[in-house]
Amino acid sequence: MTTRAPAETAPGTSVAPRRHVLDLDDFSAGEIHALLDSAEAMREVLGRSIKKVPSLRGKVVITLFLEPSTRTRVSFEQAGKMLSADVINIGGAGSAAEKGESLLNTALTLQAMHADLIVIRHPHSGAPYFLARNLTSTAVVNAGDGMHAHPTQALLDLMTMRRHLGSLEGAKVVIVGDVLHSRVARSNAFGLATSGASVVLCGPPTMMPLDLLHAGRTPSLPNVTVEPDLDAAIEGADVVMTLRLQSERQEAGMLPSLREYTRRWQVNEARMSLAKPGALLMHPGPMNEGVEIASSLAHGGLAQIEEQVTNGVALRMALLYQLLTGTEERP
Amino acid sequence: MSAPLLIKNARIIDPSDGSDEIGDLLVKDGVIARRGSANGGVPDGTRVVDGTGMVVAPGFIDLHAHLREPGGEDKETIATGTAAGARGGFTTICCMPNTTPTIDSAAVVGFIARQAADAGPVRVLPFGAVSRGRAGVELTDMEELARAGVAGFTDDGNPVATGHLMQMALLYAGQLGLPVMDHCEDHSITHGLGVNEGWVASRLGLAGYPSAAEESIVARDIALLELAGGALHIAHLSTAGGIEQVRRAKERGLRVTAEATPHHLTMTEAWVLGSHGRGSPDEALSNDAYETRAKVSPPLRAETDRQALVEALADGTVDAIATDHAPHTFADKAVPFEEATVGLSVLETALGSLMGLVHGGALDLAALVHRLTAGPAGVLGERYAELATLRKGTPADVVLFDPNESWVVDAASFASKGKNTPLDGETLVGRVKLTIAGGEIAYDGLAS
Repeated sequence: MTTRAPAETAPGTSVAPRRHVLDLDDFSAGEIHALLDSAEAMREVLGRSIKKVPSLRGKVVITLFLEPSTRTRVSFEQAGKMLSADVINIGGAGSAAEKGESLLNTALTLQAMHADLIVIRHPHSGAPYFLARNLTSTAVVNAGDGMHAHPTQALLDLMTMRRHLGSLEGAKVVIVGDVLHSRVARSNAFGLATSGASVVLCGPPTMMPLDLLHAGRTPSLPNVTVEPDLDAAIEGADVVMTLRLQSERQEAGMLPSLREYTRRWQVNEARMSLAKPGALLMHPGPMNEGVEIASSLAHGGLAQIEEQVTNGVALRMALLYQLLTGTEERP
Repeated sequence: MSAPLLIKNARIIDPSDGSDEIGDLLVKDGVIARRGSANGGVPDGTRVVDGTGMVVAPGFIDLHAHLREPGGEDKETIATGTAAGARGGFTTICCMPNTTPTIDSAAVVGFIARQAADAGPVRVLPFGAVSRGRAGVELTDMEELARAGVAGFTDDGNPVATGHLMQMALLYAGQLGLPVMDHCEDHSITHGLGVNEGWVASRLGLAGYPSAAEESIVARDIALLELAGGALHIAHLSTAGGIEQVRRAKERGLRVTAEATPHHLTMTEAWVLGSHGRGSPDEALSNDAYETRAKVSPPLRAETDRQALVEALADGTVDAIATDHAPHTFADKAVPFEEATVGLSVLETALGSLMGLVHGGALDLAALVHRLTAGPAGVLGERYAELATLRKGTPADVVLFDPNESWVVDAASFASKGKNTPLDGETLVGRVKLTIAGGEIAYDGLAS
């Protein structure tokens, strides 16, 4: 058990500085807390009229996004620029990847240009691990890999929850939707379980990892359980997080119809009323309003969706700062 | 013709007659000239090898290897593949038809025969495709392929595409006396390749390849065998459920045979986590996770499947060990897991990894030798019986191995072009020392 019951590191004790952020499975509760504290300080920078500090001057951050993204890429870019890092954006179209250059050769090329950190978004699970294994002097941050992990999304979700709930210890968080294909759900499960929250996964049986569906839980994450019925799952929840439903899932035969999905797993007012009063409603975006989330709720008082985005920038500032300076000190 | 060679005082295991004794073996003029403990004259110029503590057996027969030529010479050639086979103790290698062009014409079979003759003494027996271009539509000219020398038929890499085609193939090849080998995989069930459906797939966010994808096609094929007759051979059997079906079909007297690979017999899905299979569900992923060198089709399975496979090998439900040697280039594997090609380079590590089962007490040595020699010869049929015997007067296909030599796998030094094995750096116990194919020395590791 190296991750689920990590030793708390007392303040001031030194641990080997983290080089990469690939998922939350190797974060201790202490490390998550320290990072969220740092992100709170970064939020203050975000609120200034001159939104820039010189902390990462002379550092080169490359965003290598081989899958479409708006919020995550812009969020990283903005975070880097506010800390005065030089941020270079590379996408699939117009890059050497389009000419068939392998990911390995692209990454080695960027390393040879002395890039300090690569933020990678990739359609295939494990691509950031592949880079981390092959790069010797460039740090790697996972900005979403296939169905596997999206650690900075989970961290900004944890930050949003902590801001409202005070502590995550004992909180009940329900994650609803296409869990099978969701890197957001996977990373949140680790971060939440490590932080002492209990997680209930809810969604169609065709969109749940089979081992989890059959066992109802997974040996590595004792705080995570499965409840197929949304009304039962949502009962008494502190946080309800809905996941984006990709329309191609229905075409792939995984769902009878959007209508049936909406009827059984859409988060709407009636269902939110079963949660704790004032429970948070979250969505990693982009939303399909009227499918996984009722339109009226998406823009209602419970929804934290825009705050999630703001916190994302602050969190990514804290993360870049930590990785590129080797410290959690505030700027 | 090599000079006469006498191996003295070795344990001689010959599954073709069930013998297992300490003695001498003399190879002269390309044949087994003498065998056993009886003393006899030693011809002039004979090389004498002290076999004390070592095992002599018929040369190994691999029913299933990808030699990649023609069309995939970056990955392997018949020359490098047979050299790798010789190092692994294999004197006969059946090569698969998923080449470019496909082995679906007598011309390609002839090309392979010529390349093999130029390469050296290891015998290469091609399998012809079941369907033209392995496209799963029309049968190949099976009789012409049989006359050209194919050992059987398979669309390996793909399953025989439809039940109808399988039925026709069993009928037609059955009349020719040749087996139909099937790669049992329902493509509509396998959403991703290379990782078993289960906790590892779930942990890594990869689409799993469930056992049901194999079991459903094994069931189809056995039902069709009952209908059509002929001989069915199940390639790289990997699941407990598939094993049970083969066992029951054999009990009913059907002509079904099966092979298992060294990797499915010795490794599990945990190898995909990296760290040489020592990862557990409780640990954070290491940078070595998504180990593309452990990506293979069918995937490495659960420990319960692996144990069932070892039992099936021991009790004869699995007739033969076959390597499914699948060499790939560095670039084929140096990519994110989902983009990597499937397969391991196996020929040079097969004996060493399988000896782990013997040293661990799961299998006895004579049974292992049987499944590498008489077992596969039985799948190929009567015409190849002489490939798996040390009987006096038969062509000398012989392997000498040290069952106790400990060595470290160094993929970079493989004769195979394929360095793609997750065993790189592992210590194995059991190593081939000398391989003689058709009376010629194919590999000599005694000096090193």
